Amino acid sequence: MKFTEEHEWLQDDDGVVTVGITDHAAEQLGDIVFVELPEVGTEVTKDEEVVVIESVKAASDILAPIDGEIVEVNEAIVDEPSKVNEDPMGDGWFFKVKPSDPGQMADYMDEAGYKSFIG
Amino acid sequence: MAELKETPLTQLHRELGAKMTGFAGYDMPLQFALGVMKEHQHTRAKAGLFDVSHMGQVIVRHASGYGGAAQALESLVPVDLMSLGEKRQRYGFFTNAEGGILDDLMLTNRGDHLFVVVNAACKDADIAHMKAGLPDCDVVEVTDRALLALQGPAAVEALAPIAGGCEIMKFLDTGIFTSDFGELWISRSGYTGEDGYEISVSADQAEAFARALLAHDAVEPIGLGARDSLRLEAGLCLYGQDIDTSTTPVEAGLTWAIQKSRRAEGKREAGFPGADVILDQISNGVPRCRVGLRPEGRAPMRQGTALFGSEDAETPIGQVTSGAFGPTIEAPMSMGYVAASHTAPDTQLFGEVRGKRMAVKVASMPFTPANFKR
Repeated sequence: MKFTEEHEWLQDDDGVVTVGITDHAAEQLGDIVFVELPEVGTEVTKDEEVVVIESVKAASDILAPIDGEIVEVNEAIVDEPSKVNEDPMGDGWFFKVKPSDPGQMADYMDEAGYKSFIG
Repeated sequence: MAELKETPLTQLHRELGAKMTGFAGYDMPLQFALGVMKEHQHTRAKAGLFDVSHMGQVIVRHASGYGGAAQALESLVPVDLMSLGEKRQRYGFFTNAEGGILDDLMLTNRGDHLFVVVNAACKDADIAHMKAGLPDCDVVEVTDRALLALQGPAAVEALAPIAGGCEIMKFLDTGIFTSDFGELWISRSGYTGEDGYEISVSADQAEAFARALLAHDAVEPIGLGARDSLRLEAGLCLYGQDIDTSTTPVEAGLTWAIQKSRRAEGKREAGFPGADVILDQISNGVPRCRVGLRPEGRAPMRQGTALFGSEDAETPIGQVTSGAFGPTIEAPMSMGYVAASHTAPDTQLFGEVRGKRMAVKVASMPFTPANFKR
């Protein structure tokens, strides 16, 4: 698993990368009440806004961590946004992307690096 | 930036693990361990304890007693204070010459004087306004007392063992109670739509008093985050957001707080700043009004969202002033101002959120029914 400075996690399973937010991010955001996901088939570019999440108090954007095509989204968190708070690193994932440049993954932190990043 | 002021409970908030935030110049708890959603739900189901010590507590006295103070203060507020019963409280607002709202406040008849509670961000201006406008009165800010709000259906059972007799008070009754924590100034009121109390307590007893309330099984500490969603569900205005000097009480839907005696042909008609504008608006209507709004999707429409009469209209017909997700109604909710032609309940509007027009309907407020003990 890899981690971005924007508190996203990326899990590569045979060339398809699942993206979500970290426990730390979910805790900082507070209760999530709304998630807007991209459509399957969308081509995304690294650092492009791809997901909108709203907590009780504020809206935030999630950026695409890598270039590629959205191949699956987690509809369950649209119906039940609280799943993101309950299990951000598991059932609360956001989308799966098929990377066009898997090499971009190498830029991100490993778990130890992320832990020291959030202190 | 100026250093944030603390309340007599700031240390307790930190000890309880609050996430703190700057609000109106004070270091205040945004949320506690439960988080905003559960704090909101807990207040509706049981009881929540809020620190509102940042608000201003002011005593207004006149040599002739309550009548003199009430008569004088009626020159600044469009509220009937002369007929306000002893130990009764009333909601009101200071207006300016244009009919705009300078602040909203609670006014209490305390027998021989008036007790006024004003918003934190406005309190210095309010006190200056009263001192200048009430030359015959003694206007004194109470600086040695904290103010707590205990809100929710279990508030009565938590407070009654401490302040015996508070259980027989009705909505907007007030009283002075002796207790183990000194003299408590209690009103059966609050700003959440729930039954509950606001309690002024001596600053040096505030922490012990708060701990005694928190020791009750039903009581949890609640932060400003849930206070905001609770008041919005209750359809109540936040000063600086839903009402300010650019909105009149009539536009804001607060005409109910202007009693008949202060309106046209009333016993003490007008005589407050902006009366010509406000009384004309009561008679002839206003171009825009504050309404409740229910977005049709799950996305909250927050403060500043432009409102349109159709999906492709170019000119907005209004704007959201407060918006959030309502934990009790389990849906997003907003309030805002729209053109008078678009204020009927169920009118279909569109709010522009992140460049997209999202459907929203005008809705009656409160979003949750009030639970006051009238």
